[in-house]
Amino acid sequence: MTVPTATAPETLLAAPDQASQRQITGEIESLHAELARRERAGEDLPATVHDFPPYRSSILRHPTKSPKLVDPETIELLSPAFGQRDVAAVESDLTIQHAGEPLGERITVQGRLTDSWGRPVANQLIEIWQANSAGRYIHQRDQHPAPLDPNFTGAGRAITNEAGEYAFTTIKPGPYPWKNHLNAWRPAHIHFSVFGSSFTQRLVTQMYFPGDPLFALDPIFNTIWRQKDRQSLIGVYDHELTAPEWATGYRFDIVVDGPDATWFENESE
Amino acid sequence: MAVPPRTLRATPGQTVGPFFAYGVGYDRMHQVAHPHAPGTVLLGGTVYDGVGAPVPDAFVEIFGADADGVVPRRRGSFRRDDHTFTGFGRAFTNDDGHFEFFTRDPGARPGRAAFFAAIVYARGLPDRLHTRIYLPDDAAALAADPLLRDLAADDRATLVAERMPDGSLRHDIRLQGEKETVFLVF
Repeated sequence: MTVPTATAPETLLAAPDQASQRQITGEIESLHAELARRERAGEDLPATVHDFPPYRSSILRHPTKSPKLVDPETIELLSPAFGQRDVAAVESDLTIQHAGEPLGERITVQGRLTDSWGRPVANQLIEIWQANSAGRYIHQRDQHPAPLDPNFTGAGRAITNEAGEYAFTTIKPGPYPWKNHLNAWRPAHIHFSVFGSSFTQRLVTQMYFPGDPLFALDPIFNTIWRQKDRQSLIGVYDHELTAPEWATGYRFDIVVDGPDATWFENESE
Repeated sequence: MAVPPRTLRATPGQTVGPFFAYGVGYDRMHQVAHPHAPGTVLLGGTVYDGVGAPVPDAFVEIFGADADGVVPRRRGSFRRDDHTFTGFGRAFTNDDGHFEFFTRDPGARPGRAAFFAAIVYARGLPDRLHTRIYLPDDAAALAADPLLRDLAADDRATLVAERMPDGSLRHDIRLQGEKETVFLVF
């Protein structure tokens, strides 16, 4: 047996079969129907499915065994602790990290981080990263021939306050092409990485923007197979958050879930 | 005391995608302990996909107790000062799929098995995967562990690190296929 060696990451980004959008959309629709059928038959399904072949790079990377249900131990019921020692206040404004102003629509994204019982998750870390207004990531592997913006990196951090609230100022990202299939475009999105009160609540997700015409076409968005769950990842335009002559405002509330034991853990604090 | 019903629906997870490096990378993120401090151990391994190819665009997070078994509650995971032990670290896989941490052997209560809580993220992985990395040293504690004793021997082996002759820990993570790592839900 030969030992496979790592392929250059650039070549890994393109799916070999380069299916048509029509085929991918068809696969998404039939998978969603099949998952709904399984749920009606009584199966307990996660919100995000790992086995989702329209997302081609998941085919060899998703587990095939059922995950093992386990009682969390202390280390899993607690979380790394963060505070302003870890993150400077300016890190939440992605528009002031360079000498000049980035191009694009200035926006604010604000929301509340809570657990499933609605209790605020205070003093925890939220990291975000995104493409620029032209849909280009600063990452060296992104070869999309859209311009880089010398005044925009696209990464930020914030620590939630006592009420679990956070706020970022940034630029609305553009949609971005990838090589999952022919003419594949991701809806505009901001990546979110969130720490809850326990390690079991750790969440990495993506926030989208209302009314994006690419929603139904995107295999990644649709790894979340229920409409109501996908809806929860779409930021809500809120005119109350829009600042005159400055920036439009979006609300994105985040709910981290953990097992029942996390309820007791946070009650005792 | 009964747990009240949940009032909010959980926000679902999504893949980290291919371009997470500049978003979640930070200085000395894999140095949970200073590399040259007494008691520091190297924990390293490779993330593999379903055909045994290394995964070069993944990252692993660990959270572990200190050597005395106490879970650290100190801040500073993102601003390493080289002496505060926070227990948390993050490591990207390199082009060979390899990740490594400098950390400490976590302790455990007497008779209990010591482990790192671990989470794996990757391009192509629609949501994060929880797992554990157990220390191999206390055979009796491993045999009595509530999770491990429920598993077949092959599955159990995917959760226990190997102690190398130089004292370091080696632990590979297989996302799919033969010797697929046991992943956890809580």
